[in-house]
Amino acid sequence: MKRFAQLLELLALTPSRNRKIEALTNYFRETPDPDRGFALAVLTGALTFKNVKPAVLREVVLREVDPYLFGLSYDYVGDLGETIALIWPHHGGTEDLPSLTDLIELFNTTSKSELPALIASLLTRAEINERWALVKLATGALRIGISARLAKTALAQMSGKDLQEIEEVWHGITLPYGELFAWLDGKAGRPDIDHAARFHPLMLSNPIDEEKDIGKLAPADFAAEWKWDGIRVQLIMSRGRVSLFSRTGDDIAEAFPDIVDNVFGEAVLDGELLVGHDFEPASFNDLQQRLNRKVAIGKHLSEFPAFIRVYDMLFDGSEDIRALAWTERRSHLEEWFAGNPQTRLDLSPVLGFETWEELAELRRRGADEHGHEGVMVKLRAAPYIPGRPKGYWYKWKRDPNVVDAVLMYAQRGHGKRSSFYSDFTFGVWKGNEIVPIGKAYFGFTDEELKQLDRWVRANTVQSFGPVREVKKELVLEIAFDSAQQSNRHKSGVALRFPRINRIRWDKPMNEAATLEDMMVFVNAS
Amino acid sequence: MASPILDRNLHIRAIDTFIDPASPKDRAIITHGHSDHARSGHGKVLATVDTIAIMKVRYGEGCTGSFQALAYGEPLDIDGVRITLYPAGHILGSAQVLIEHQGQRIVVTGDYKRHPDRTAQPFELVPCDLLVTEATFGLPVFQHPEPEVEIARLLRSLRDSADRSHVIGCYALGKAQRVISLLRGAGYEAPIYLHGAMVRLCELYEERGVPLGELRLAIDAPKSELEGAVVIAPPSALKDRWSRRLADPVLAFASGWMSIKQRARQSLVELPLVISDHVDWNELRQTIAETGASTVWVTHGREDALVYYCRQQGLTAEPLNIQGFEDNGEEE
Repeated sequence: MKRFAQLLELLALTPSRNRKIEALTNYFRETPDPDRGFALAVLTGALTFKNVKPAVLREVVLREVDPYLFGLSYDYVGDLGETIALIWPHHGGTEDLPSLTDLIELFNTTSKSELPALIASLLTRAEINERWALVKLATGALRIGISARLAKTALAQMSGKDLQEIEEVWHGITLPYGELFAWLDGKAGRPDIDHAARFHPLMLSNPIDEEKDIGKLAPADFAAEWKWDGIRVQLIMSRGRVSLFSRTGDDIAEAFPDIVDNVFGEAVLDGELLVGHDFEPASFNDLQQRLNRKVAIGKHLSEFPAFIRVYDMLFDGSEDIRALAWTERRSHLEEWFAGNPQTRLDLSPVLGFETWEELAELRRRGADEHGHEGVMVKLRAAPYIPGRPKGYWYKWKRDPNVVDAVLMYAQRGHGKRSSFYSDFTFGVWKGNEIVPIGKAYFGFTDEELKQLDRWVRANTVQSFGPVREVKKELVLEIAFDSAQQSNRHKSGVALRFPRINRIRWDKPMNEAATLEDMMVFVNAS
Repeated sequence: MASPILDRNLHIRAIDTFIDPASPKDRAIITHGHSDHARSGHGKVLATVDTIAIMKVRYGEGCTGSFQALAYGEPLDIDGVRITLYPAGHILGSAQVLIEHQGQRIVVTGDYKRHPDRTAQPFELVPCDLLVTEATFGLPVFQHPEPEVEIARLLRSLRDSADRSHVIGCYALGKAQRVISLLRGAGYEAPIYLHGAMVRLCELYEERGVPLGELRLAIDAPKSELEGAVVIAPPSALKDRWSRRLADPVLAFASGWMSIKQRARQSLVELPLVISDHVDWNELRQTIAETGASTVWVTHGREDALVYYCRQQGLTAEPLNIQGFEDNGEEE
């Protein structure tokens, strides 16, 4: 565990990407199986424990620490795991912690009732940095700024294998990845996996740069589709089994039985999961009801039936067609649809256009009349490449809506921004008072964050725990994708994807928007 | 307890004297030389001889109308009020102020620490009725490790990354000299390189009898000489162009705040060294108990938690909320 704790600390604190990769490479090279396999699972977020949860750790700590003092500390530190590691009052272990493998085994096999005592004794035995790593391991939230991709990049660097090849194998192998390391070490062949049945990393798009990109691209080389406002999914139908994965490869089949029980054929499809009757997409808010649940409930199934609007095909039957051009994959997809009638899948239509101006006009009308988020623009000749390759797929979002709102409350952020007031609640005029319409966490630069933080500290009227109420004076220009009716806010309005576009230091608060102004946006969507 | 002779803004009414006032006053007692405690422009200043020397170096000879030096442990009677200074262990010359009046004993700690430090006179415990304590690290998450352990980590990093300069961000007064002294204590004998802002105060410490070994000015050294060397710089220099002259530097920062890794990450510190010149949570509690104080006033930092703790112990406690101190305590 000591070595793993050192690795985590180094990864957390070393800003240089190359040094992180070097540290990972050394670790994987020097650490025996199965420890390194478990470490890889931790680093890629592939490990979860059934019973060890943040709540259990919190409970263990609250048996030893006054809850009020714990609350103040958590508010100050901003990271639950780190607060627990720092506040644990008993130290003085003479015995070393178990190895990573044994530790994970202990977490998995200890009964719920014995877990608190086990965790308490481990926390006491650990040295300070080990304690930090131990808590990170147990809570599953590393928050050390490393991605699964970085870990895999290190594997590629260590073995000389291609990163994409590692990504391919990744979703077909199981803990603690003995066969993966044997292959990477050159001691065995590539792990054999059923390609059609595994999650395949998705191809992602880049935002289009209207000034730079459009002039250079020939409209005839590209196809366009609406950008749907749902969640990206991969549907896999192979040998009678159906799986449904989110864009990050999480299995979400249990939440959507209405889809997985009602699709026909063999294929791997890429599309957008939406809710609505008769393929008429409802708002993202309605979809949210379904997303909030791991297992679907009956009422939701009838109220918000789900369907997938399909836009790409990775496997036709068991044939891998990812290397084919988009045009050819599209013909495969259309033919497959013709041969496999569906009630929960439909095709995302391809939009006709001759010039970029024409597409821009479509995009504007789609936004104004149907609330579409924008259009996707795809190179007709592009193969399906996982990751975010440049020059193939573009998203061309509609111009955001903006509104001038007044800052009302600020709350300390977490993680990287733990010492800053970085979560901002803002509102608009309703008669003579300001009512909240939303909360934004981003959109500002680091420098602006510092300015906002300073302003909040200097203009606090009242504090409620971590929340500060500020003087209603500062106007923020808020950009958002759409507005909807909602009973979550007193104002009755909720914004989708709000972010702080600009800080209007110059603007007097009486010129901020009114609730009537907001209703125009609500009615548009 | 009868109404104390000390007001909540640290004003001793009977002799119209303020302790560490934030704005110029006719009469001030200064606990130590850090800029949020020692300011220029007062009429008369009472302080230890070391603190007076530090103030003169930082603000100039004429920064105060007149100085009066008071040795540790020597009582001074002013109009029926007795003032005595005791070592606070925070930095060179730092003092706690004992105020005695009609049988009442009040101690204002200023900033203090209890861990031995060869660059500061060791803390003395002063029993009292009313304790006015700082609370810079007044949360139970602050449990400082032994500084020697942190120095050992620095030495290990120097061995492991022998081709990289190790720049240690330190406050120019106190922390810089303490880190140097700790390194010398751990047997590190190589020259230590200084940012220009450190030089004058290091000289002052040496003049006042604190040996720091061989010090060189970093700006005079060729880049190759700084490979694998220790460079001491003010925290602000870590991020600016100054540190770019160094050979692929490891950025270190010596501060009690560095126990929070998320903080270290925010400031891009690769090697956080948890070396503090303040008491931690456990020492705060220990001190409060040992002084025997029945009333505790808390200032400077995380007052809420300590006040809550004191009240749980059955003590009378309140926060002072004095203006002029950094809210988030980044200065030490």
